Amino acid sequence: MAAGAETRAATGSRATGRVVGSWRAAWLRVEAHWTWYRRYWRSSLYSSGLQPVLFLAAMGLGFGSQVEAGPATGGLAYVHYVAPALLVAGAVQNAIGESSYPVLSGFKWQQDYYAVTATPVTAGQLLGGQIIWIALRVGIACVVYTLVALLFGAWLNAGALLVVPIGVFAAVACGAAIMAVAATTYNEGERFAAIFRFLVMPMILFSGTFFPIEQIPAAVRWLAWISPVWHGTELARGVTLGGLDVWPALGHLTFLGALLGVSAALARRYFYRRLVV
Amino acid sequence: MSGETADPRTAAPTVTAPMVEAKALVKRFGDVEAVRGVDVQVRTGEAFGFLGPNGAGKSSTMRMIASTSPRSDGDLRVLGMDPDLDGPRIRARLGSVPQQDTLDTELTVRQNLQIYGRYFGLSRAEVRRKATELMEFAQLSDRADDLVDALSGGMKRRLTIARSLVNDPDVLLLDEPTTGLDPQARHMLWDRLFRLKAGGVTLIITSHYMDEVEQLCDRLVVMDDGRIVAEGSPSELIARYSTREVLELRFPPGEQGGVADRVAEFGERVEELPDRVLVYTGDGERALEQVHGRDVRPVSSLVRRSTLEDVFLRLTGRTLVD
Ligand SMILES: Nc1ncnc2c1ncn2[C@@H]1O[C@H](COP(=O)(O)OP(=O)(O)O)[C@@H](O)[C@H]1O
Ligand SMILES: [Mg+2]
Repeated sequence: MAAGAETRAATGSRATGRVVGSWRAAWLRVEAHWTWYRRYWRSSLYSSGLQPVLFLAAMGLGFGSQVEAGPATGGLAYVHYVAPALLVAGAVQNAIGESSYPVLSGFKWQQDYYAVTATPVTAGQLLGGQIIWIALRVGIACVVYTLVALLFGAWLNAGALLVVPIGVFAAVACGAAIMAVAATTYNEGERFAAIFRFLVMPMILFSGTFFPIEQIPAAVRWLAWISPVWHGTELARGVTLGGLDVWPALGHLTFLGALLGVSAALARRYFYRRLVV
Repeated sequence: MSGETADPRTAAPTVTAPMVEAKALVKRFGDVEAVRGVDVQVRTGEAFGFLGPNGAGKSSTMRMIASTSPRSDGDLRVLGMDPDLDGPRIRARLGSVPQQDTLDTELTVRQNLQIYGRYFGLSRAEVRRKATELMEFAQLSDRADDLVDALSGGMKRRLTIARSLVNDPDVLLLDEPTTGLDPQARHMLWDRLFRLKAGGVTLIITSHYMDEVEQLCDRLVVMDDGRIVAEGSPSELIARYSTREVLELRFPPGEQGGVADRVAEFGERVEELPDRVLVYTGDGERALEQVHGRDVRPVSSLVRRSTLEDVFLRLTGRTLVD
């Protein structure tokens, strides 16, 4: 601060602006999103909060009442089987939604990303803030879901507390990948509709959310193995229902970590390419 | 900063280093060369203009100065620093009004100002105080808690300018500040810019409106096709490239042919535009009498002072706004 004032006096500068640290800059973006969210959270209530809860009620309690506890569900009631998976699926869907059109808008319609990068905040910090914000936002939705699921009696033990960070981890890894896509989208975002339909929807249906992937024909089962939702679901079930060994758990974490790392690196490159031209 | 080694910036306090210094500045987008070797120096406290038609390379130049766009070639110093190395530090001391407003339309006027101020490291208390002050300055106080979406074009533009002032910038960059605004909104904006200039802010303005540049700028460069074609104060440029007065002659459609040749001797120079003939002369009224004496009968005629528009026409053979 003192050095800044000295330089200012020496150069006759009247400016009050200064460069903030990278984490601080990313956090300032989170603050900006929070300001927006305080005003608009109600309109996102359905997609981020209510939808997974409705699924839990319909699938876990309704449909689940017709499902006999068996080897596939680890001998447990269906609601216990499906609750952690629905959290992961909902979190991923939420993050993908928030990383598509809203991010494209920052580049294309609202163009507020260009306003931000005209300040001391850089494109990389902007991206960091976006990722942290999505983690927070998805986290809020996951906590709400977890509490409602508690009322439904969906949790068997305190392992449920770990489901939230697992869901957020899987969600953010997918979100970062979609941000990289958004940063390279120049049209109206038609590709997002295709991604939702042909990628996200099948991923949620065939990643072991509702039934074990062993039911999928062996020839296409590998598709589930490369699905981040499946890795997240395996972890989430592992911590709530047990039966997950250390090595597979590390494998799932590594897969999601690698997806996040690669996606964030690509997104960073594309953010710079788009914003610093 | 030790007291022993003289800082070049403090060594001679009366001679301040230029705010912006560009030498042979180039910007390429793939095969397109948008800026082709621009040299400019902007001094402390002056209002400097880039005048040129659409596509001249004004915005590309401005973005390089704003340190949001890396240069392709040449040398650039902003506030004595190199944007390639010190982008964030430069941007901390700049204000930037881009050609597009880039406001957050889903937030209020006040929120836009406060959030933006935070990016410059200002505290919550500081941005609160500053937002109130800037809304006053931009005459938006009564709209403080309205969504930006609901504002008129002129109000949005004023808000963008207010936003750019949140860090009390040393240099304010304005890219086409009044394009698309009605005359009243333009004059109101000009008034705000005059106040800033009086307050010691260095202004850099691009425009394709000659009246805007003539009104606001102490010095300007005329830009065309990525190059600077002339430099000076508005009056210097008019004196150098045009005459004191201009006689404009308009004819019914199809009857303008051959007129230029017939009236050529009554002015220092004659220009033929699609809809009128311009006679450049020191005395427009006399030239008009002579034109009438030659039995040339325009449907309307007008004697006016030369403007930067005439300078541009002289230099490029084209009009600024078509
Ligand atoms: N991001 C970009 N990518 C490709 N070409 C660009 C880009 N920005 C500007 N140009 C081109 O550079 C030239 C100069 O544009 P610009 O600097 O916007 O001029 P002005 O602001 O004077 O209208 C134009 O031909 C324009 O199409
Ligand atoms: Mg422009």
